[in-house]
Amino acid sequence: MAWNLLAGLLIGFAYLSFIILVAGLAFRLYLYAKTPAPLKIVSTPGPKTTGGVLTRLAGDALIFPNLFQADKALWAGAWVFHVCLALVFFRHARYFLYPVPEWISDWASPGILMGFVLPIPALYLFWRRLALPRNLFISGLPDYISLMLIILIAATGMLVSYYARVYLVDVKAFTLGLLSLKPVAPPAHPIFLAHFFLVCLLMIYFPFSKLVHAGGIFFSPTRNQRDNVLQKRYVNPWDKEVGID
Amino acid sequence: MTSAKVEFPELAPKNGILPVPEMNEGISAALTCHPCKVKDMRAIALPTERVPDWQNKAVEKLRELLTKYRSLQVYLDICAQCGACADKCQFYLGTSDPNNMPVARANLLRKVYRYYFKPFERFTGGEAEAFNDQVLQEWYTYFYQCSECRRCAVFCPYGIDTAEITMAAREIMAAIGVATKYVTEVVAKVYERGNNLGIPGPAWIDNCQFLEEELKAETGRDIRMPVDEEGADVLLVMPSADNFANTDTMMAYGKLFYHLGISWTTSTYANEGGNFGLFLNYRNMKKVNKRILDAARQLKVKRVIWGECGHAWRAAIHTDTLSGPMDFLDPPHPVHICQFTADLIKRGAFKIDKSANDDVLVTYHDPCNAARAGSLLEEPREMIRATCNKFIEMPRDTIREKTFCCGAGGGLLTDEIMPIRMAGGRPRAEACRSTGATYLATPCAICKAQLPEVMKHWKVDTRVGGVHDLLSKAMIL
Ligand code: SF4
Ligand code: SF4
Repeated sequence: MAWNLLAGLLIGFAYLSFIILVAGLAFRLYLYAKTPAPLKIVSTPGPKTTGGVLTRLAGDALIFPNLFQADKALWAGAWVFHVCLALVFFRHARYFLYPVPEWISDWASPGILMGFVLPIPALYLFWRRLALPRNLFISGLPDYISLMLIILIAATGMLVSYYARVYLVDVKAFTLGLLSLKPVAPPAHPIFLAHFFLVCLLMIYFPFSKLVHAGGIFFSPTRNQRDNVLQKRYVNPWDKEVGID
Repeated sequence: MTSAKVEFPELAPKNGILPVPEMNEGISAALTCHPCKVKDMRAIALPTERVPDWQNKAVEKLRELLTKYRSLQVYLDICAQCGACADKCQFYLGTSDPNNMPVARANLLRKVYRYYFKPFERFTGGEAEAFNDQVLQEWYTYFYQCSECRRCAVFCPYGIDTAEITMAAREIMAAIGVATKYVTEVVAKVYERGNNLGIPGPAWIDNCQFLEEELKAETGRDIRMPVDEEGADVLLVMPSADNFANTDTMMAYGKLFYHLGISWTTSTYANEGGNFGLFLNYRNMKKVNKRILDAARQLKVKRVIWGECGHAWRAAIHTDTLSGPMDFLDPPHPVHICQFTADLIKRGAFKIDKSANDDVLVTYHDPCNAARAGSLLEEPREMIRATCNKFIEMPRDTIREKTFCCGAGGGLLTDEIMPIRMAGGRPRAEACRSTGATYLATPCAICKAQLPEVMKHWKVDTRVGGVHDLLSKAMIL
């Protein structure tokens, strides 16, 4: 009885967190998109063409060139961290798709490997915050929370995959049930439940925290504008309101 | 609010690069600019003293700016607090005060933003603080220890430009009647006299005549320094300091146009290209900018050219947005004098004897505003290469888009914060020292006022001057 109640609550919580993630993120990105950029403030040297802007943004999202210039050790930590996150994320597609497409099975092994690697850069980033005085100075609770959440999620994830294994069949029944809106009880496996619960927490936390940098980066005016202000008149939508002509 | 005596840490530079200092919290907290004067605030349509109910007014202003500036909204949200920018600001490097780390500076505004606009983050323990007297004091101190130079943005993985945050904070403070004497006084002078220095029209004309005589003595020719001449081809808006402090640069403009046979003029209504509105609020930036196009219309010129001034160019590139359209002028517009001259040099408009500059080893300082906020990177270098045999660049991470601010941009060129200026100028001074250059060329009047003091203070034996000064010496009339 108690288990049914708990299962029900968890399922409800899962849907709720997913809705918060999607709606929250959509709202924030919509807010960024609709807020005007009054003046061009392209970071020099800036791209002149739309293609150039797309290349710059792709580079920013994939290889963090500015960070590389700024601090090689931090770059290495952050880059490995994000690559691991991405691969682990893709690996989870196999739990949500039936049948599993071949290209996703192909990603399985690097995904697993990255699951093991993930805690290393995560702990390194955590260590930096505590051990380097300047980083300690700027770090606040949210910075520790987000890293801690990810570290715990990775740890519980590795546990259920290798040491205290949870039956894949049960997991799939659960996830596919969630997806098809015909939820069934999750596997009654405490570590799996913890893993799942922490992921839900992360989803809720995401749109309200600095983690929105994941989508927000594409709205950064210094990075997504063209450096053509001398060639083409740029109009500030609220300039008229200022009332000086 | 006078400058306290502060000892900033001793640092031993290596190959022109300053090591990153350990933090000294609050070491520069007492170094604040003098507060604004009633008459200046009145002249620029701002509250003459801190308004009653200022907390709420400030939060309302922040709310307004959040809907007007994507940069502000996005940058307040997405900073990962990664710390990559922490050691990139010349004011942190020079002072070692952690609030001069760009991220920490931005956090001074971010914590207020979180308190009023991000209740969730407050609830999860995010650093949040109500806007109180102490926070306002921190803002006033540290947002006026930032020169809005944008260096931090070059190193931030998301391109977070702390200058945008500083500008927002200053705009909010201005709205509640809190601003510095220097910045507001300069803007007020522009409205009264047409230029940042408050030079009255007759004195401007006098100076121009004096320079004509100088040129006559030097070259034996009748080189003119025209003022308010209707129908001239070019209106030159320069930093007003060129007219009496950087006179070599000003005379170089005169020689240049004389040689080209182009008629030009300055305007006593807008004899200033610089725009301190940029360092205060949008409204005043727009108003100052408008004067230039008004003068252009009045004098019926065909083009406006901006002289050797960094923040003038930063504002100038937005002229079309702020005061345009500019289509009553001949394209391309706006034009910087270095672009204009470099182009003519390439087209062979000058006979140049480079050896005239053989007495100096030249290095080039990219003014933060011209380079990072105005994309002016190549043209001044082309000019130097075309006019000098001996040119040496400063270390790679201190030039072009990674240049250091001279330490007095963004409205900081004021004597009461001299220790901040000297500390902030130190990274530039050391980079310069490492080249052994004897002449540091730079197209910016703020840099030309600040850097000689910085060089003297740090005992670097380098003269500071304009880029056109070099052409002036090398060109054969
Ligand atoms: S804009 Fe310049 S002065 Fe201001 S925080 Fe960034 S690097 Fe420092
Ligand atoms: S580099 Fe950018 S993201 Fe990192 S702390 Fe500085 S402003 Fe924030």
